[in-house]
Amino acid sequence: MGSPYSTQSVETGYRFSEAALSSGHQIYRIFFYHDGVHCANSLSTPPQDEDNLPELWQQLTTQYHVDVVVCVASALKRGILDQKEAERFDKDHFNLTEPFELSGLGQLIDASAHSDRVITFAS
Amino acid sequence: MRHAPYGRSLAREGLDALMASAVFDQDLSLLFINDGVFQLKESQNTESIRQKNLEKMLAALSLYGVNDILVDQQALEQRQLSVEDLSLPVITLSATEIADLFQQQHVIFQF
Amino acid sequence: MVLNIINKSPFSHSAFSECLAVLGDNDRVLLIEDGVYAAQADTEYAKTITALAGNNQFYILQADAQARGIADRINHDVQAVDYTQFVELTTVCNVVHSWY
Repeated sequence: MGSPYSTQSVETGYRFSEAALSSGHQIYRIFFYHDGVHCANSLSTPPQDEDNLPELWQQLTTQYHVDVVVCVASALKRGILDQKEAERFDKDHFNLTEPFELSGLGQLIDASAHSDRVITFAS
Repeated sequence: MRHAPYGRSLAREGLDALMASAVFDQDLSLLFINDGVFQLKESQNTESIRQKNLEKMLAALSLYGVNDILVDQQALEQRQLSVEDLSLPVITLSATEIADLFQQQHVIFQF
Repeated sequence: MVLNIINKSPFSHSAFSECLAVLGDNDRVLLIEDGVYAAQADTEYAKTITALAGNNQFYILQADAQARGIADRINHDVQAVDYTQFVELTTVCNVVHSWY
């Protein structure tokens, strides 16, 4: 839920996910909500000696085939759009990193119902 | 709900998540603790700050099937609030009752 | 059994004290990010932790304590864990509650 580069929560969530996946646990879904949606911004350009968090998420979740969903309502108002939404709202650009997908809060509720544990990495 | 309304968007986005849970028919409990109890203060007027009125969003909860609104009694007392100051009827809980409530949950979202 | 995760310093936020006010028997508490400052030995918060340590287990994310230069002054009633042990803690407890 926290914003990357403003809070540590994204880094903590990433290290946790990495440890969970590498020790054989399954992650049903990672849901990016609130300021956490900035993790999906493909235009993030940190200096070379800092982690590129959107890229790290992209690599980890692709490697382990984890579903990564960005809350569409949180994302649109913060300027995170995929091609479809950019066309719908007549914007010149879109910036959602693959494999992130924009979807609704129903995905969070569905994930809660299908998981043994739900962990929030708070802002 | 543990955060005050308006200064940060947590209360608003928390309510959105709560309503989504209710729409998907999840069996849920709604508890206000700490500054979260300020969300329940009656007479909120947000016209001048151009934000959605949370008091009105909360009033709609019963339409979503959320009928029991649980509140930390101590949080009210610390803030000089009584149940008459709140926009909705609530059930007040002690610290022990809150601890028990947490034990019974499968998932806890704090906003 | 609830795993409570706290990521805010007790010196500037109420998350720590409020979480402790509603702890159930056997509940566990994991201090991460700025939450680790609650585990510094000899502070008032360390005393609170020690008083509860009979009923509740307290943990600290070692990487966060090291990053903040306080790994060598952690209260003896607080156990250091790495990310893999953090994962294990979430499986041992029935539900996880993040305070912030």
